[in-house]
Amino acid sequence: MSDVFSEAASWLSDGSHWSGVDGVPHRLVEHVAYTALTVGIAAAIALPLGLWIGHTGRFRGLAVALTGALRALPTLGVLTWMVLWQGVGLTPATVALVVLAVPPLLAGAYSGLESVDRATIDAARAIGMTEWQILIKVEIPLALDLILGGVRSAVLQVVATATIAAYIGLGGLGRYLIDGIAVRDYAQMLSGSIVIVVLALVLDGLFALVQRRTAHP
Amino acid sequence: MRWLSENFPYVRGLLWQHAWLSILPIVIGLAVAVPVGWWASRHRRWRGLILGFGGLVYTLPSLPLLIVLPGLLGTSFLDPINVVVVLSAYAAALLVRTATDAFSSVPEVVIESARAAGYSRWQQVVGVELPLAGPVLLAGLRVASVSTVSLVTVGALIGVSNLGALFTDGFQRGFNTEIVIGVVGVVGLALALDLLWLGLARLAMPWRVRGAA
Repeated sequence: MSDVFSEAASWLSDGSHWSGVDGVPHRLVEHVAYTALTVGIAAAIALPLGLWIGHTGRFRGLAVALTGALRALPTLGVLTWMVLWQGVGLTPATVALVVLAVPPLLAGAYSGLESVDRATIDAARAIGMTEWQILIKVEIPLALDLILGGVRSAVLQVVATATIAAYIGLGGLGRYLIDGIAVRDYAQMLSGSIVIVVLALVLDGLFALVQRRTAHP
Repeated sequence: MRWLSENFPYVRGLLWQHAWLSILPIVIGLAVAVPVGWWASRHRRWRGLILGFGGLVYTLPSLPLLIVLPGLLGTSFLDPINVVVVLSAYAAALLVRTATDAFSSVPEVVIESARAAGYSRWQQVVGVELPLAGPVLLAGLRVASVSTVSLVTVGALIGVSNLGALFTDGFQRGFNTEIVIGVVGVVGLALALDLLWLGLARLAMPWRVRGAA
């Protein structure tokens, strides 16, 4: 056991693994950029939709069924199918990752708004707020913790899944794993794994801090 | 469709492999999470720590975990045990929060009544708290089950055979039908297991599930 971890330690401390296109910093930036792009697109679709569903209460049953069904889809199957259908490139991977990021974002937004006390919303309506003001000034601030919880979950799922996307030729930190599997280079695989795990933990920690900041008693 | 009928024994073998690689972690995860969740619901000081640890485990991406684990356990890289351990950890991490919430939602007054009626400590837990926590546990189990069935496929990337092998094989050969059959198989298995848990829950909790359905 100590053998493989000391091999990984020497892989990670080797300076040649920290520069160039195949270096850790470049792969890390790629990985974070894919994640940001994907979650950004998914948020632009899912958040307005989720807020609308939560505010009006319409299509709630459909949203619950849809998020459940999307979660059952195996990531790897969607990725490989998208590539054979669309060809290799950034687009099929992005589409597949967006599909995966939508359910947690949607669920966070509509369940966040649902958690807001009806009496509070009625009070806001009674003092003459428009529906738009109620959404922006009352519902979103009160639901922010759950909405951010959805974003946190989406980011972590995409960080994990972008790893698998290296299998279909995408860059990012998954390259160390997929390339390592091909040539049975366990030190490289283990080192890449450690970097990804640390990235996930750091991102999760950042979200925990932001959520604590925005939380209200 | 012709490919499926020609390769049916192969696909059926992968399906069975996938089924037991899913059921084992779900059952182990539940068996770990129920007592831990019960404990956390009764000890407020430990609650935050246990739930925090569960959240942390759930944060770890699956493919890297599958690669780190053989180094930690001393198992072979291709051993299906790695998949079972990783997915059991995820299921337990997911279910421990559900179990804690489920046991916390049992009203204190109900437990006190049971005690007053002469129930022993063990009878209280098994005869009163567990049945009342049941419906919430079932809801969590269904979520854990779906995500486990879907995650098993990742094991195919490191060479553990299951329905995910249809994705990697179909991808290498540029054969879409095989991938689609794999996706349908995974979603179908997730649905079948969901029905299995619902059926078992109906047997175990005839009073509640009938009312809910």
